[in-house]
Amino acid sequence: MAEKSYRDAIREALQEEMARDERVLILGEEVGVWGGSYAVTRGLYDVFGARRVIDTPIAEAEFIGAAVGMAMGGLRPVAELMTINFSLIAIDQIVNNAAKIHYMFGGQVKVPLVIRMPAGWGQLGATHSQTFEGWFAHVPGLIVAMPGTPYDAKGMLKSAIRSDNPVVFIEHARLYGMKGEVPDGEYTLPFGVSDVKRTGKDVTIVTWSRMLQVSLAAAETLSKEGIECEVIDLRTLRPLDLAPVYASVEKTHRVLVVEEDWTTLGMGAEIAARIAHDRFDQLDAPVERLGQTEVPVPYAKNLEALMFPDEPRVAETVRKLIG
Amino acid sequence: MTIDKGEGVEWYRKMVLIRRFEERAEAAYGEGLIGGFLHLYIGEEAIAVGAMAALAPDDDVLTHYRDHGYLLARGIDPRPVMAELFGRATGVSKGKGGSMHMAVVREHLWGGYAIVGGHVPLAAGMAFANRYLGNPRVVACFMGEGATNIGTFYAGLNLAAVWKVPLVAIVENNHYAMGSPVERVSAVRDIYRKACAFDMPGVQVDGNDVLAVRGAVRERVEAARAGGGPQLIEAVTYRFRGHSMGDPQRYRTKDEVEAAKEKDPIPRWRSVLLDGGIATGAELDGIDAAVEAEVAEAVRFATESPAPEASEIDRDVLVAEGADHG
Repeated sequence: MAEKSYRDAIREALQEEMARDERVLILGEEVGVWGGSYAVTRGLYDVFGARRVIDTPIAEAEFIGAAVGMAMGGLRPVAELMTINFSLIAIDQIVNNAAKIHYMFGGQVKVPLVIRMPAGWGQLGATHSQTFEGWFAHVPGLIVAMPGTPYDAKGMLKSAIRSDNPVVFIEHARLYGMKGEVPDGEYTLPFGVSDVKRTGKDVTIVTWSRMLQVSLAAAETLSKEGIECEVIDLRTLRPLDLAPVYASVEKTHRVLVVEEDWTTLGMGAEIAARIAHDRFDQLDAPVERLGQTEVPVPYAKNLEALMFPDEPRVAETVRKLIG
Repeated sequence: MTIDKGEGVEWYRKMVLIRRFEERAEAAYGEGLIGGFLHLYIGEEAIAVGAMAALAPDDDVLTHYRDHGYLLARGIDPRPVMAELFGRATGVSKGKGGSMHMAVVREHLWGGYAIVGGHVPLAAGMAFANRYLGNPRVVACFMGEGATNIGTFYAGLNLAAVWKVPLVAIVENNHYAMGSPVERVSAVRDIYRKACAFDMPGVQVDGNDVLAVRGAVRERVEAARAGGGPQLIEAVTYRFRGHSMGDPQRYRTKDEVEAAKEKDPIPRWRSVLLDGGIATGAELDGIDAAVEAEVAEAVRFATESPAPEASEIDRDVLVAEGADHG
């Protein structure tokens, strides 16, 4: 199987789906001539031209709204928000239009729309270092995907493009360069199916996106100490599949949720509440959560480094959970 | 301009239908049969009727929260429209949309949108889709003058102009955004002049004159269909009722409203038909009576229709995955 980067896997999905279906087109800020601010769409303009790779003004609410209208009108647009931070400008279009139109008009209208948005950080300061997946996962009518490997990113993006539903597809800027096995052939991955990325018997780590990689690294370290972690990648946050988590809890009886977002009112809180409700009798300890420090992200490199769960912190939390 | 008798009488019938329909809705709201907000279109009927007369039956239409009139103007059966107001399963949106979210997609009515100006980008995108797919359809996007002060109006029309897509924006200037008069909230009072921001044609028309509206919209629709890009029409009118049913109307005087009613589009058009010898009083009286009966039937239908089944509550949140997407 070929090794490909997360970025290339996403680009391959875009290119294959555009080649497969004339109704698929890309729009967003600098997605065309520039090739995308994170170079994800690089080269697609040369292949498909300005008709299908459309540079928009810096007007997020409006081009996301237009993408909703395109989807209603029979196209399958893939809109790219330059970063997830700018989704706040477009939140009304995503929540009030994309998510609700199918339901509030009694099923008459479909919105087959994908909104891609990279999350991430890297001395970008408070306004450009956010993830927000919990905000979107809160909304019925949206599918929220947040893949943590190149393989998942390609298969899930192809499913997103073929879906008749609005899909918020959150990529991670710090995963773009990461390589992993991606087959050349055609494959798609369904939404709402979590994946056990590592099996273990002592602790269940529930995570997604970049924190998957951090958690897997911590699990390797812990394995050398004789602690075996089961690492479960949710992959989609809405719909949320906790069945593999529940199966794992019955084996390990201890859970750590690792997220990159703020923990207060976030995905981890939801997951912890569900496990506590549905598998109360199986728990030997309260569900532990590890997330971002509860402040806006600072610029200074040393402070920023303290913001997010890292391998040592995940490992340390697991040790405490067992001890 | 000569007026075709069939058309002229039909416009009268539709305007009277919208008026009587909304008066009955007003009464039903008072009786507690309609919930939530109810924004009446009374006084503005000539715009919906004139515009629909200018649009092809399959041109796409997006509207705002004051949306009942457009459905009736396009010829939708008043019964499911009233049933939607009553929140019944037989309503146009199966009782899930209510007054502000009425859609009949098979008739290319893509719904009422209740966040002011938020539907302008949708209309631009749909016009893009039409051109991309080679459909000759124009998209008409109705909004109030209040919507022309929000960003989605500007950047949405900017997109349409950059893309040069067949979008006709029809702004109904009824002078009040809720209770805020246009001169207090808009730096430019003549809304049609805002078209200059997009280098697109902008025209103003008397929105109480159904024939004038039809003419202005027809011109703009033809221009858009011929590849002339987006167009802006300001139809000047007046809202006879409050913003919604709960509006105490402290922002205007009774005298102002009474003066505006002298330009009521319905008696005005009736006079045109009578004075021009196009229709007789007896013919028009007959239409009035038939409309009364049709609206009474709509109320009966809505009253007797069932509420949505409880099982509808989580239906149509998402489209089932795995269908054949071609």
